[in-house]
Amino acid sequence: MKNLLWRLILLLAAGTAAPAAGLGTEIPEVAEIIERANLAAYYAGDDYRAEVTMTISDAQGRKRERELVMLRRDLTDGGEQKFYLYFNKPGDVRGMVFMVHKRPGGEDDRWLYLPALDLVRRIAASDKRTSFVGSHFVYEDVSGRGIEEDTHELVETTDSHFLLKSTPRNPAAVEFSSYTLWIDRVTFLPVKAEYYDRQDRLYRRIEAEAVETIQDRPTIVRSRAQDLAGGGETVTEFTGIRYDLGIDDTIFTERYLRRPPAEVRR
Amino acid sequence: MKRLLPFLITLFGLLAPAVPPAVGVTPSWLADADDLELRGFVDARAGARTGSDPYEKDVSLAETRLQLDLNWFKERAVFKFKGDLVGDAVTDKAEAAAREINLLFSPLDFVDVKLGRQILTWGTGDLLFVNDLFPKDWESFFVGRDSEYLKAPADVLKTSLFFEAVNIDLVYAPVFNGSIFIDGSRLSYWNPNLERLAGRDFILADRERNRFLKDSEFALRLYRNIGSVETAIYGYSGFWKTPEGMDPATADLTYPRLNVWGASARGPFLAGIANIETGYYDSREDRDGGDPLVRNNEIRLLAGFEKELAVNLTGSVQYYLEWMQKYDRYRRTAGLSARDEYRHVVTLRLTRLLLNQNLTLSFFAYYSPTDEDGYLRPSIRYKITDQWAVEGGGNIFFGNADHTFFGQFENNSNLYAGVRRNF
Repeated sequence: MKNLLWRLILLLAAGTAAPAAGLGTEIPEVAEIIERANLAAYYAGDDYRAEVTMTISDAQGRKRERELVMLRRDLTDGGEQKFYLYFNKPGDVRGMVFMVHKRPGGEDDRWLYLPALDLVRRIAASDKRTSFVGSHFVYEDVSGRGIEEDTHELVETTDSHFLLKSTPRNPAAVEFSSYTLWIDRVTFLPVKAEYYDRQDRLYRRIEAEAVETIQDRPTIVRSRAQDLAGGGETVTEFTGIRYDLGIDDTIFTERYLRRPPAEVRR
Repeated sequence: MKRLLPFLITLFGLLAPAVPPAVGVTPSWLADADDLELRGFVDARAGARTGSDPYEKDVSLAETRLQLDLNWFKERAVFKFKGDLVGDAVTDKAEAAAREINLLFSPLDFVDVKLGRQILTWGTGDLLFVNDLFPKDWESFFVGRDSEYLKAPADVLKTSLFFEAVNIDLVYAPVFNGSIFIDGSRLSYWNPNLERLAGRDFILADRERNRFLKDSEFALRLYRNIGSVETAIYGYSGFWKTPEGMDPATADLTYPRLNVWGASARGPFLAGIANIETGYYDSREDRDGGDPLVRNNEIRLLAGFEKELAVNLTGSVQYYLEWMQKYDRYRRTAGLSARDEYRHVVTLRLTRLLLNQNLTLSFFAYYSPTDEDGYLRPSIRYKITDQWAVEGGGNIFFGNADHTFFGQFENNSNLYAGVRRNF
């Protein structure tokens, strides 16, 4: 019932559509803030395409690059999603495809396609705190962390941001004890997250460094993940972003693992 | 041309790694063309037997390989060429081999056609195959070439049809594509006629199936997802992929006719992935099992489970069964080195990623409690940069008897190391 109420409020908020809605004198409830942040960051549009470049620097400053094309399709806002990631670089992974059918609250289905062997592998559900392709981002940073997995607390409201403290409901399942989230009051985009370890030391920071409005949607186009304890960082840049291309649901099937769709080309 | 090849490979081997990574070896007119893509690698690797083999050289692997991978993307079609130039110091030969030359296009929205030389894989096994009757290269697998080379190319027409209810793959090969089997030239093997191990002293001769349209193969797969579970049924009409028959007059190995029918399912199970697959091997030239020179009918069964054990550590186990049919009739004519009615095999795989996933430690083991033999594949691979990688590993065979599947290769146990530069 409570959930329904929030959806109603959300609907109303979306209906008024004024991006400055968050700037009113009224401060939304924390549940609404986190839900809107989740939608803004991971569910913008009905589908999404971007070319993603990750520059991974280790503690010694050595750099590695990952280049991939990402396709995303939402089945329901805040609910099921499908991801298709086609790797262009480095050369040894070119043509590899990673596909996810994401089910919040359930197990995701994941596939990996290895072109040299024409092999479609099914991948066991993994710890979502595992590094994504060797970068300083984890899987959850890429596809979103279930908002129900943490308890959220609004600790501060500044002129520009809501500050949330999020604490995992199941601390044993994650490597952090809590994280602080900066959410833009206008766009509701989460623009910074700082993670604290079990000794309550800050050890990890993710920051949106550039936001652009693309097809009327505030969109993160560059973000940085830093390992503050061990050193090293990854900068991710998103280019060629398009929303609502009408990406067909069949793209997210075995057919297009074995034969990449036109959408991964320019 | 043959004289030129070693020169060309050496030239590429020397020059390609010297080009700065930012430039690669892609000529600028290629890099600029949006629909044309050229990639590849140079790979040098060497391996040696851990013990001596009276029938083979001590060096099991010594080669430099250049692979070029060209893709040409058009509106409704993709043309692909992937070819290798290999300078092989074990055989003292230079070779050019095309791995893929094919055209992929969609004549209708629900149809994909891939025509030409290609690599094909289906089925649910991990380094075990029940319904995947596409050619393998066991020699490459056993000597430590990259795992890509376990799959040998096939010249086929593959048509895929996609419907709501079911998807269909039809693969037609006008001429039989056999597997590369262990013939004694590089790896020693058990020779049942000599009743001893043999190698370069007795290189097996096979009678190729090469009559166009007559020695043709046909493979079929129907598949669909039911929820998160992938299900498939398979059919194959062709020949045993390794020579499982012998002509008594000439002692040539032959490829008897074979049909296979099977099914598989794969899906999430206990926070991991479980798979099950079965196949009935109908050995058409020896259905009653009375011909000792042709392999009998078999039922094959495979079950596996994979799970992430910890962050960056994955483990998997498989059970595999070959159950010979009409065993009594086989037993009557088989000699001392007769196979068992049931061949059970279990496998274990552990994969550990370290150092930001740039270091991969991998271990794969086959063990057969019935044959009392096994095969271990440890490997270590480190990506020094995005371009450079080094790799080392082993292929360790063991067994109580000389005639069992893995036991016969005991003297071929080897260690290898290699370096690769991608561009």
